[in-house]
Amino acid sequence: MASPPSRTSSAQTARSAPYNHDNPSDPPDFGTGGTVSLRWGDFLFQTSSVAAAASILVVLAALFVLLVVDSRESLVRYGIAFATSSVWDNVKEQFGALPYIYGTLVTSAVALVLAGPIAVGAALYVAEYAPAWIRTPVSFTIELLAAIPSIIYGLWGFFVLTPVMRTTVEPALQRIFGPIPVVGILFQGAPIGKDLLTGGVILAIMIVPTIMAISREVILAVPPAQREGMLALGATRWESLRHAVLPYARAGIAGAAILGLARALGETMAVTMVIGNSSRAITGSLFTPGYTMASAIANQFTEADTAIYFSAIVEVALVLLLVSIAVNIVARLLVWQIGRGDPAALGGVLV
Amino acid sequence: MSSDTYAPPLAPAYPPGGRSIFEADARYQVRRGVARLMAVLVGLAALGAVAVLWIILGYVIWRGLPAINWPFFTQRPLPYGEPGGGVGPAIAGSLVLLGVASTIGVPIGLGAGIYLSEFGRGRFADAVRFCGDLVAGLPSIVVGVFIWALLVRHVIGHFSGLAGAAALAIIMVPIIVRTVEAMLRLVPHTLREAALALGVPQWRVVLSVVLPSARAGIITGVVLALARAGGETAPLLLTTLGNMFFNWNLSQPTAALPIQIYNYAVAPYDDWHTKAWGASLVLIAVIGILSVLTRLATRGKKLA
Repeated sequence: MASPPSRTSSAQTARSAPYNHDNPSDPPDFGTGGTVSLRWGDFLFQTSSVAAAASILVVLAALFVLLVVDSRESLVRYGIAFATSSVWDNVKEQFGALPYIYGTLVTSAVALVLAGPIAVGAALYVAEYAPAWIRTPVSFTIELLAAIPSIIYGLWGFFVLTPVMRTTVEPALQRIFGPIPVVGILFQGAPIGKDLLTGGVILAIMIVPTIMAISREVILAVPPAQREGMLALGATRWESLRHAVLPYARAGIAGAAILGLARALGETMAVTMVIGNSSRAITGSLFTPGYTMASAIANQFTEADTAIYFSAIVEVALVLLLVSIAVNIVARLLVWQIGRGDPAALGGVLV
Repeated sequence: MSSDTYAPPLAPAYPPGGRSIFEADARYQVRRGVARLMAVLVGLAALGAVAVLWIILGYVIWRGLPAINWPFFTQRPLPYGEPGGGVGPAIAGSLVLLGVASTIGVPIGLGAGIYLSEFGRGRFADAVRFCGDLVAGLPSIVVGVFIWALLVRHVIGHFSGLAGAAALAIIMVPIIVRTVEAMLRLVPHTLREAALALGVPQWRVVLSVVLPSARAGIITGVVLALARAGGETAPLLLTTLGNMFFNWNLSQPTAALPIQIYNYAVAPYDDWHTKAWGASLVLIAVIGILSVLTRLATRGKKLA
């Protein structure tokens, strides 16, 4: 029977197929009280925002999987020897990354030892001592320090810091600490300027802002009653900081230091330009030119002509990834602990 | 911490038949001295941290200014020995790379930020936040190796601007997500409720009420991400490699300012070193201006 479709049936068809909005004879039918098109709008909107959020997970997973897959050859061939052998020779196809791991750990440790006290001191000054008119400019300057690209630290380190280290700082350190039994080992050999120590110093400069900014937030989050209790008992300001504020903020400050460490571990260009890039045998001395994992990658990726060389370089990146993720997780747990359960309140853009 | 440090001066400081009031006074002098010393040390630490910035900035300006002239911005780098030459391709390349990276990264970052602030509850949202933080904490060289292995070695087969832009996008996204989430959370709930009460669907509430109120903050997040990505060197080195010529073709190696600085710096020529300082001055000026602007735009707000 060729009767025109009833209004009801047209609405039913419309729900199963998209409306033709350009056809005035097919007006949108809101079906059950107009909720259909509303639901579609919200559905599409929510789905696309979920998709955007999910893409972060996808990229992180893809990154991990690809690094594992591409380093498979080297993983299988060298196994644990990759991390314990110090022969890195692409002609003999021997790849042991121990010198790189060592260089990364040493430069980061030097950086943390130098930067930690200065950054926490500066944070204490800004949070507890500084008058209001000084507080903002100091914080701002230190945040700017965090915004300087690492290549510029590298340039400055290359042309300014390296000569100063070679001619002044390193000979002086050698004079003072050289004769002391155990510590002296760190300062043996000819001071050449481009070595692990200089790498550590440039990293220290770069991680001060990170540690300082987070420590400051953590210290500011300590309840005023902590300080006031000590002060009311007759403590000096330093005593109240030392015994009431710092213990309260300890976990957060440790987290800040470890986040700084995480930045130091992965830093590339600045270190590459001052560390000397030489895979000599590991000595105990800080005056040895070396490589970090990151600088080794940056220096050698163009030479990776064989599959096994490529795979070895990717494995260095994989090790770096795992180390930095582990360090980041530890740091964030520590910082969150004092961050009133609100990670967004701490850390800021720097992290 | 020893208990006698805090003892009120009256009780234990005067043991029976013991020390005089002057001894207690001497101990107070020591404690006050320590407090003053620490105040000075802490101030020096802050001064040192601030001084380093001004030393580096001052040095870049001092060495970089002589290199700055008009041809420096427009000419391409010339082989050593030819006078002149500049960083034109590098500036153009950086702008193109940042443009493409934003085209990829901004929608994703904005979408994820909207999700976290407007819908984000439960395990999935926590996972996204956590992974966002992890991506933000990734060493940039690892991102570089990822894109190098994926695009340069496997998919495209050679160094290209597109790969560089993809690496920069990965670096930008977590910064944008974090800022957008924090900024949208600052928008009062009453605004959303008012719109919802008028019968506006949620997607329109977000697009026409929430986002416009948080516009300044969102722009700030994007600018911060651009400032960060604009200075990245290592991931670009592994992906776009650099180029001495103007190149608008994204499937080919593209110049970028940080790579140009590196190439000029490690060459053995004084003239090129001056150009490296000049290029650094340009880079630092752009990033510094962006940072100051975002700081002014978000004054008094807590950036996450």
